[in-house]
Amino acid sequence: MASTAAAGTPPGPAAPRSRKSVTGTRRAVAALFLLPALVLLGALVVYPIGYSVIRSFYDQSGDGFAGFDNYEALFTDDGIRTALKNNIIWVVFAPTVATALGLVFAVLTERVRWGTAFKLVVFMPMAISMLAAGIIFRLVYDQDPEKGVANAVWVGVHDTFAQSSAFPKAHPGRESPLRAAGGGAFVTKEPVRAGTPVALPLVGVAPDQLPDGAGKAAAPKAEPGKVTGTTWQDFTRGKGVGTLNGVDGTEVGYGGMRIEAVKDGKVVASATAAGDGTFTLPAEADGALLRLPGDNFEEAYNGLDWLGPALVTPAVIGSYVWMWAGFAMVLIAAGLAGVPRELLEAARVDGAGEWQVFRRITVPMLAPVLAVVTVTLMINVLKVFDLVFIIAPGSSQDDANVLALELYRKGFSEDQPGIASAISVFLLLLVIPVMWFNVRRLRREVRR
Amino acid sequence: MRTGSTTGTIRTRRTVRAAAAVVATGLALTLGGCGGDDDGGGAETVPDEKPVTVDLPKLDGETLEIAAVWTGAEQKNFKQVLAEFEKRTGAKVTFVPAQDPIINFLGSKIAGGKPPDLALLPQPGAVKQAVERGWAKPLGAAAAKELAENYSQGWQDIGKVDGKSYGVYYKAANKSLIWYNNQVFENAGAAEPKTWDELLTAARTVYDSGVTPFSIGGADGWTLTDWFENIYLSQAGPEKYDQLAAHEIKWTDPSVKEALTTLAEIWGKQEYLAGGAKGALQTEFPASVTQTFTGGDQPKAGMVYEGDFVQVNIGETKAEVGTDAKVFPFPAVGDSAPVVSGGDAAVILNDSKAAQALATFLASPDAATVHARLGGYLSPNKAVEMSAYPNDVQREMAQALIEAGDDFRFDMSDQAPQAFGGTPGKGEWKALQDFLNDPRDVAGTQAKLEADAAAAYGD
Repeated sequence: MASTAAAGTPPGPAAPRSRKSVTGTRRAVAALFLLPALVLLGALVVYPIGYSVIRSFYDQSGDGFAGFDNYEALFTDDGIRTALKNNIIWVVFAPTVATALGLVFAVLTERVRWGTAFKLVVFMPMAISMLAAGIIFRLVYDQDPEKGVANAVWVGVHDTFAQSSAFPKAHPGRESPLRAAGGGAFVTKEPVRAGTPVALPLVGVAPDQLPDGAGKAAAPKAEPGKVTGTTWQDFTRGKGVGTLNGVDGTEVGYGGMRIEAVKDGKVVASATAAGDGTFTLPAEADGALLRLPGDNFEEAYNGLDWLGPALVTPAVIGSYVWMWAGFAMVLIAAGLAGVPRELLEAARVDGAGEWQVFRRITVPMLAPVLAVVTVTLMINVLKVFDLVFIIAPGSSQDDANVLALELYRKGFSEDQPGIASAISVFLLLLVIPVMWFNVRRLRREVRR
Repeated sequence: MRTGSTTGTIRTRRTVRAAAAVVATGLALTLGGCGGDDDGGGAETVPDEKPVTVDLPKLDGETLEIAAVWTGAEQKNFKQVLAEFEKRTGAKVTFVPAQDPIINFLGSKIAGGKPPDLALLPQPGAVKQAVERGWAKPLGAAAAKELAENYSQGWQDIGKVDGKSYGVYYKAANKSLIWYNNQVFENAGAAEPKTWDELLTAARTVYDSGVTPFSIGGADGWTLTDWFENIYLSQAGPEKYDQLAAHEIKWTDPSVKEALTTLAEIWGKQEYLAGGAKGALQTEFPASVTQTFTGGDQPKAGMVYEGDFVQVNIGETKAEVGTDAKVFPFPAVGDSAPVVSGGDAAVILNDSKAAQALATFLASPDAATVHARLGGYLSPNKAVEMSAYPNDVQREMAQALIEAGDDFRFDMSDQAPQAFGGTPGKGEWKALQDFLNDPRDVAGTQAKLEADAAAAYGD
């Protein structure tokens, strides 16, 4: 808006003292030419701003004067406060990260042979609408590692360091001799005796997820002087439990399950179940409690909760950076082209390292461009709406809230046009200093 | 995806909650031999003569506009109903697609001086608002006559404001249904539950068989409010339900505590929810349905709760409604099973002979029959022949709705002010999402609900 206004009014400041200007046009003619622009600006910019300001002083229905009530709501409403806080996070991080990345890209691509192709790729997200980018990132951040690429990568990295277990969902069934022992482990309720076979029935592992080594379960056989037993799935698909806590012909053993005998909190013996689920422990296990340690049952790692309350704002900022780093890069690259080569060469001849050249020459020379890019992005970020609206799921939209989104929600779904107008006026006030800074800088540039 | 959730939102609003003692029969929805075709498409299999029970005036050259939030197949089917009206009267009817919440949409249309002639409003509260603001016009004698003949008293009453009829409930939804993956139930040896305890047993059995029992679309808050409302209605009874809906009793009432505690018997078990509570909170309603009916023997979940419109989403999977995807009524938590329904009321905004004629037509079985044949639609109109519904699943749900008679309750969150019962990330939606995240915090949830309700109801 500001630039349009600036472009539309240049004849203004140069207003001649006489009735005729240098080119000999009359004021009336000048006004005539200005009229269309003024009418358009008036109708599309000035009037809406003015009306919003007026509307912000009226109550919900628009009939009663409300004074500063709407503005008071602005600073007392929890939703708006969260939005304000998030807006600050956005304004601080999004433009700086995008500009920094853009700077790095610009400096590096200058050196690469395929720099232009690279720039093209980085710039490409700018060609996508915010809405489409939002939908893309909604999928990127999907919780399910099968769908969301962010979690797919994260889980892939995690799983190379930590193995998931074979029986993730196994748990004791009805009237089980086992009980939960904390940390995901299960332990027998009664101590075991040598010579008396032990049954450790569990349920809940889907048949197609059982490990390959698992075969038909065998009933435990008594062995004198040793603790023997079976651990198996006490459930057959389509047939149910069968004999409760007893091995049926169709049931499958938990081959590979680790079993520990625990006395007074100390592991005295341990064993691993064979393919049919049977296991044998030495005589020391007599009188101990048998424990199935928690690592048998560890759930497959499901990745980060990208769009949960804690990470949603950084996640959305990430998608914004993906879009706008390219924009920053192109502007900075243009600025870089204007940096005199001989300065860089001179520094190098004087023995400066590449980092020093970058730090002491390139960045200071680019400072005006960097400032313009950051400030432009700041204005852009203050009004961010689409990305947050689309990426944040309903359950965390409150946590990801920003002012523009809150404005929309207040105005269009909560039917609070007064408060919505107050938010818009507040946003305008926030943008004005940044805008003023930009305009002033532009003027200085022009003068130079 | 946003589209998906918006559609969902729209649907809740439509919800009519037929509460109730009712329905021993309807609820017995034994879907045994339903080899029915799924929604839509089945129209051709039914004899195609259109009943003519209502006299409509000749309206050649007249034009009408009717606004509703329907999209997709719903909109397409409704346009066929409008086409039938055009054929009979000679008037020209244009469908105006509206956004949600429609009352705000109409507000801007009216401020612009060009409101549609009629609108389909999905909440009783919206009808009331439209009357209070002077937008809605009362129904004429002809429409009132159709209404009296074809609708039970309860359905007539929710269309009334201050004793005058304004709304014709054209479309209804049955929201007391739990859909399940038949293969999962067979594998586990689980049976359709009739009571809450049996539901817990069935869930346990499904869980023991290696499948997560429930899929919850917690990213959309309205699915959560519907869970709560079914339990509350059945447990606390219709009187308390009405009082809570009107905010005559507080959300800190012991009955609310009891309902939330009951709810936590399922929501509190991470292993019972597909993806755990965190996963559920990021699952939108359409995905919560599709993940229950895809994946062969190993779907992400065995059951999903929501209304009759779930079958639209099942239609996106390969599962057949009636064979692969079956349904049982929401089990009784208290003395009787809840029957919760919702609906869209046609309201006249621009009084004219043509607008009255269209309202009359929509109140007649003629319109409802045309729509019923196309599937995916339930009518509260008791004069509609059950044979008009294209399959057994539809028929049984419609039967249950009609048999509920006057014992229905409208979706509580749809009766509440928008800020409390219908805004993503706010009020009841948000409070129940937080509750799903931490089901131990019953008291905190109640306090938050009460604070939000007090602010929204303005008392």
